[in-house]
Amino acid sequence: MPRTLSAPVAVAFDYTRSTGPVLGRFLTGLRDGVVVGARTSDGRVVVPPPEFDPVTHQATTDFVQVASTGTVTSWVWVPEPVKGQPFDRPFAWALVTLDGADVPLLHALDVASPADVSTGMRVQVRWADERVGAITDIAGFEPVHDGGRGASGASLEAPSDDPVTGVITPVGLDYVYAASPEESLFYRSLAEGKLVGQRCPTCEKVYIPPRSACPADGSPTVEEVELPETGTVTTFCIVNVPFLGQKITPPYVSAYVLLDGADIAFLHLILDCAAEDVHMGMRVKAVWKPRDEWGTTIENISHFAPIDEPDADYETYKKYL
Amino acid sequence: MRDVAVVGFAQRQMKDFDGSPTCVELLVPLFKECYEQTGWTRHDVGFWCSGSSDYLAGRSFSFVQAVDAIGVIPPVNESHVEMDLAWAMYEAWLKIQTGEVDTALVYAFGKSSAGVLRRTLALQLDPYTMTPIWPDTVSLAGLQARAGIDAGLWDERAMAEVAQRSLTAAESNDYAVRKGGSSVDDLLARPMYADPLRKHDCAPVTDGAAAIVLAAGDKARAVRDNPAWLTGISHHVDPLSMGTRDLTRSPSAQRSGAALDLTGVEVAELHAPFSHQELVLRRELGLADDVVVNPSGGALVSNPMFSAGGIRVGEAARRIWSGDTSKALAHATSGPALQQNLVCTLSSTPEGTI
Amino acid sequence: MGKKPAAVIGIGQTHHRAKRLDVSMAGLCREAIDRALEDAGMTLDEIDAIVVGKAPDLFEGVMMPELFLAESLGAAGKPLLRVHTAGSVGGSTAIVAASLVQAGIHRKVLTVAYEKQSESNAMWALSVPVPFNMPVHAGAGGYFAPHVRSYIRRSGAPTHVGAIVAAKDRNNALKNPYAHLHNEGTTVESVLASQMLWDPIRYDETCPSSDGACALVIASEDVADASPNPAWIHGTIMRSEATSAAERDQVNPQASRDAAAALWKQAGITSPIDEIDAAEIYVPFSWFEPMWLESLGFAAEGEGWKLTESGATALDGRLPVNASGGVLSSNPIGASGMLRFGEAALQVRGLAGEHQVDGARKALGHAYGGGSQFFAMWVVGADKP
Repeated sequence: MPRTLSAPVAVAFDYTRSTGPVLGRFLTGLRDGVVVGARTSDGRVVVPPPEFDPVTHQATTDFVQVASTGTVTSWVWVPEPVKGQPFDRPFAWALVTLDGADVPLLHALDVASPADVSTGMRVQVRWADERVGAITDIAGFEPVHDGGRGASGASLEAPSDDPVTGVITPVGLDYVYAASPEESLFYRSLAEGKLVGQRCPTCEKVYIPPRSACPADGSPTVEEVELPETGTVTTFCIVNVPFLGQKITPPYVSAYVLLDGADIAFLHLILDCAAEDVHMGMRVKAVWKPRDEWGTTIENISHFAPIDEPDADYETYKKYL
Repeated sequence: MRDVAVVGFAQRQMKDFDGSPTCVELLVPLFKECYEQTGWTRHDVGFWCSGSSDYLAGRSFSFVQAVDAIGVIPPVNESHVEMDLAWAMYEAWLKIQTGEVDTALVYAFGKSSAGVLRRTLALQLDPYTMTPIWPDTVSLAGLQARAGIDAGLWDERAMAEVAQRSLTAAESNDYAVRKGGSSVDDLLARPMYADPLRKHDCAPVTDGAAAIVLAAGDKARAVRDNPAWLTGISHHVDPLSMGTRDLTRSPSAQRSGAALDLTGVEVAELHAPFSHQELVLRRELGLADDVVVNPSGGALVSNPMFSAGGIRVGEAARRIWSGDTSKALAHATSGPALQQNLVCTLSSTPEGTI
Repeated sequence: MGKKPAAVIGIGQTHHRAKRLDVSMAGLCREAIDRALEDAGMTLDEIDAIVVGKAPDLFEGVMMPELFLAESLGAAGKPLLRVHTAGSVGGSTAIVAASLVQAGIHRKVLTVAYEKQSESNAMWALSVPVPFNMPVHAGAGGYFAPHVRSYIRRSGAPTHVGAIVAAKDRNNALKNPYAHLHNEGTTVESVLASQMLWDPIRYDETCPSSDGACALVIASEDVADASPNPAWIHGTIMRSEATSAAERDQVNPQASRDAAAALWKQAGITSPIDEIDAAEIYVPFSWFEPMWLESLGFAAEGEGWKLTESGATALDGRLPVNASGGVLSSNPIGASGMLRFGEAALQVRGLAGEHQVDGARKALGHAYGGGSQFFAMWVVGADKP
């Protein structure tokens, strides 16, 4: 058995970026099938245009159209592409100085092997089939066979009537999340229907879930303590607000439940009574899901439900608020 | 300036840490080591500062739970940078310089193996024109390596020599996750990976954590006979753009080194996650040929994200403590292709502090 | 060795909005920076070092965005630091920037904090489910609502006190041209009539989600002496504790009490209510005003709500709190703390415009973050300490 429990986590969101005028001009160009750079105060034509001049710090305003052909100034081979890169087969990244520009742009170069690429080789933009106003409108670079030069250097006229002002960028990352050894003990115990906490050897408080470091003392909790499935609602809120990624349909009561014998409350769901009937000091008991649905998770407990006991006296739980 | 020294250092480095991304389980024993080295308890620490990254951990506020490892009743004077340990140390050094505190413990942690590191780091790039095509860090370093090769500044053999020396030095470093030298010819005979980089030209993906203890003046002298005095510390950043930068240079490293007195440096711990980057740094810092570089093996043999830069400081300090060296340089880097750099000098005497 | 004197001589902020679709992240930061520099009568080239602060990187989907922003912020070739201490970050960032001057390292430091919340969704970013855990988390409101309930229970405060705070701050915001919310006609009754989101917190008692930035220029004594109206830094403090610990006081955390006590001592203040003329306190949910009034020592424990209820915290009250409209009216999270620090400085410089507190000479800037566990505060004054 591995020392710790682990599970995959996806952190994914489609970010909505507003571009501002300079990046907007660049992306508008890409959408319209042209590459737009800017002349900086040192006289260089830079692609993509910097938002602010590196020397004067003023916003960039002098836009220049450059060619879609250019020269490789550096490259690297990508034997194992990662998710999201322009090609899912081996390819090269290249720094390409487009004709009419003074500094290179980074993008992918579609060649079959490292033998097919060299510094100084001529390449051209391969446009994406569908262009939306994003850097991905350039599908990549490909070798130019006739070595031709495209039109470039013209100062740009007024921007398009329908400029790009925003771009949607999906950012999805996959992680493996591992629980600490102490948390793993807690979750594995849950898979056996038990609530197991640990006592801090220094301050003797009982933590559930147990901790790799007692937050008061910095020492790991050690001595295992099995706790009952009854406890007290110390405080709570009623969640009425829906949000992206939410797992439980509102309204629901998210409550701090202080198990009898524990020195810290944890958050769980209160059901089997009207939300407005939940109150501080209410005595509750864990309601477990059917055993065949159990895993190594606190979700084995479906929720906590009120029990027919008098409320806990405020004095008994006020120091846990 | 107040005289401030590195008086404690502890590290953990491994290929795959199986614990939580907050690394609390790693920090507890690290702090214990620091207390053993200094004879202090947590109550003797005036200021705490940590370095870590939410995107490395895959969750917001990943550093929040880390303070548990300190034991924070009573509450502590504490801060956090989304940067490498070396910059957390800078903030602590600063705090000591204000006179507010005399001692600090700084730490950093990162579980690089939780995701695909070279892909995660594409999120450090320009979010409008770069991240959407996911340029990975190994590739960006490869573009830099080729730029130097094409310019005749170094070649594959020079890169292999760096790797060979690192792998050999790593044999005496318990924390190295990759070690064992062979020969330059043997390394050159190995297959290309991200042409022009071979795998040994690239730092291994490493999990880990590290902690550094700082103390001022007599507090430092009370801890050790040979405190490693921070006689100078300087850091700068360059633009990110891969196009406008001369990739064969690192002006921010040059500027940081130039702000310090590097005469008499005997040992340099350089944070170069790719072999050619050591060559860039040697040149930017103007290190003489007789300076011993990366006796620990450096980042090429283990590179725990967010602590590896600070570990260079710790490794340099250890050599001052032992009396092996009287003046050492430590360097940390951040961002793609040596974008941001910190350089400090550590000496056996605080004389000449700038 | 003591700290060298330092002062705020330039303050800039953006027009905060739900979505600043007209600017990029760099453009947003530069809007604040350029205003701060103009205020300080300085150019970017004169700046020695730059300190950037913002809350979690997941909000904008950029890892360590200061790296890509470096050139646009004028940081290329300079020292650049990035601070992240959760919601208190705007305050801690200003404190780190101040310490660069107080330590005598630099003479002119620029600090900027920002958040462009419209790039994503903060509720999502703060509630990405952690495996094995109960997915009951519901963003910051869901986190803080139970503790607000505890406060109400503990203090016996009448339930409309939160609405008093919200109505006051929203009306103050009408006098602040930079504020995000300009909701005319907000009254205690209208707040009480708004939807209950995270019971006991109502819709009108919560902060908005904003795009915005704030920048400060902090300078050494010689530079500040030449400025017509510096805000001198009289004290700075940071304190942290755990998110959750056995018997941790989540309503009035020890880190907050300790920080306040140390701050007042540093600033030579013995009776905060009498000596502080204006306070910018981090109040993302209305009830945190009375809660922090107690924790900061402006009122005895359990009495904070009485101060609020009496009108003492109104613009013309004994202790005007959040004359700017506060976090309840503008919340670019990473910048919110720096806005508190900057607004406090504006008050003692006499530059707060329509929301100026008459004769303010000493002001508090306050920020907190995480689960009420990270605290950053400063006191600024019109007089050199």
